[in-house]
Amino acid sequence: MIVAKDLKKVFGDFTAVNGINFEVKKGEAFGLLGPNGAGKSTTMRMIAATSLRTSGELSILGKDPNHNGPEIRAHLGVVPQQDNHDNELKVWENLYIYGRYFGLGRKFLKNKIVELLDFAQLQEKRDVKVDALSGGMKRRLTIARGLVNEPEILMLDEPTTGLDPQARHILWDRLFRLKEQGVTLVITTHYMDEAEQLCDRLIVMDKGQIMAEGAPAELIKKYSSKEVLEVRFGSTKNAEAAEQIKNLGDRIEPLPDRILVYAEDGEKVLEQIHKMGLQPQTSLVRRSSLEDVFLRLTGRTLVD
Amino acid sequence: MSMINAAVDGAIAIAERRSGKIGAEFYQGRARTMIERSFFAFKTSSWMVVLSGFVEPVFYLLAFGFGLGGMIGTVSDSNGHAVSYAAYIAPALLATSAMNGAIYDSTWNVFFKMHFGKLYQTVLATSMGVLDVAMGEIGWALLRGFTYAIGFMIVMTPLGLIPSWWGILAIPGAVLIAFGFASIGMGITSYLKSFQGMNWVNFFMLPMFLFSGTFYPLTIYPDWLRITIEALPLWQAIQLERALTLGTLDAGTALHVLYFAVMIAGGLWFTTRRLNALFLK
Repeated sequence: MIVAKDLKKVFGDFTAVNGINFEVKKGEAFGLLGPNGAGKSTTMRMIAATSLRTSGELSILGKDPNHNGPEIRAHLGVVPQQDNHDNELKVWENLYIYGRYFGLGRKFLKNKIVELLDFAQLQEKRDVKVDALSGGMKRRLTIARGLVNEPEILMLDEPTTGLDPQARHILWDRLFRLKEQGVTLVITTHYMDEAEQLCDRLIVMDKGQIMAEGAPAELIKKYSSKEVLEVRFGSTKNAEAAEQIKNLGDRIEPLPDRILVYAEDGEKVLEQIHKMGLQPQTSLVRRSSLEDVFLRLTGRTLVD
Repeated sequence: MSMINAAVDGAIAIAERRSGKIGAEFYQGRARTMIERSFFAFKTSSWMVVLSGFVEPVFYLLAFGFGLGGMIGTVSDSNGHAVSYAAYIAPALLATSAMNGAIYDSTWNVFFKMHFGKLYQTVLATSMGVLDVAMGEIGWALLRGFTYAIGFMIVMTPLGLIPSWWGILAIPGAVLIAFGFASIGMGITSYLKSFQGMNWVNFFMLPMFLFSGTFYPLTIYPDWLRITIEALPLWQAIQLERALTLGTLDAGTALHVLYFAVMIAGGLWFTTRRLNALFLK
């Protein structure tokens, strides 16, 4: 459905996306992960035909977004990072007029909106101005709005950022149902649990490039170990202890507050540490997650 | 709920109808949906704002036409006939209010929607084109201008300020004038980054209102100044409306119409380019 080859986007002297290649298949949930400024949103905007690429190839359903913008956008549902409702209008009017922008008929929309309000659990708010909605309601309305044209591809840019856990789980459920109905999802997110939950396949981006690509489980297998042991010796002793245990497990990562040991069997490594006569203040064995992969690939430094 | 059904053809089929046609990238023939949107917003907006657009030219007419006009008496029109001062300035006020309304809608309103409401980003994520947005917003401004022009004519006619039957054409004339100003105004607004920038628009508008032959003929100016003013759109607008209400049409009247036709075409071209650069970069 979406094919990008050597896709590039340059703003002035800043290269936001630097020659990336990927493909999204029909019915798939495809994730774009990466720290702030990695080029995720820019990539999303190029796919959504609201930003022209600088070079490379991009084809959405066989069409070129640089030349067939409105035609491509007719196939897409877009959920931007920030809710951008028409604050002068009410909830129902927002959905209605958004459908009208696609040229959809009044009769069709009247039925469709009943369905969408139901989907977003906003039936009771239909005549309320958008300003008066809570954050979670606004987000659900944005997603409902993105579905008004019955899109084949739904583009979600950080769909759950700023939502409470309840609202996030409701959204995941809704998105999962859409996927079951055959809608292709393209998602960017900061939340690794979200990516693990929703995405069949994902790319990890950093500084405009793709660092890794694959299914969440594959990536964990490739870039991390099965388990991670986290031990704390107290901030003054961590460095010294790290030196002593550096040959344990597959790999160790000393951090200021704790040491991570990547290993097949975390408990076994912990035993070995005890045998060496070291007594960590706290220890924790957990399964390796996408977050470990992410941090390994994109580093721990803060980017703004 | 089924997401993939017959209605999928809806949005896609509608967009594909224009596939391959010239301009399909920026025009989808749906400017009217922007007008529909404005109508929804208008239902809940303040009536004071709407009323003020009508009241302003009437106040000017009362103060200058009748107040000051009482001391001036009559002036002569382009054919040398004597007309009352109020009848002389009434068409100029109609032209000016058409300009002011169009500029207000295409600068302040558009600026707000561009930078705070983020309305155009939302609309351009759908299958709408940039020219649909521009035409829709301008269309709404014209609808308002049309209503105000009718209101003003309803006040002027019984006062005997429209001596000619041609005067009825002053209403579409006002719409034409508003179209010219609105189509350029939207493009100019796209350059402005702050509210301070908006003041430059007023800085240019007020002197144009005062000195464009609104209250007195240009014959009192030296040649260089007169020619400069004659090139400005408000003078063209005032001459057009005055010729219509006083019934003094001549070849020049056609030129004024042509001036606005060119201004509209150029303005739409300029605005479409600017919106493209701004929202589809």
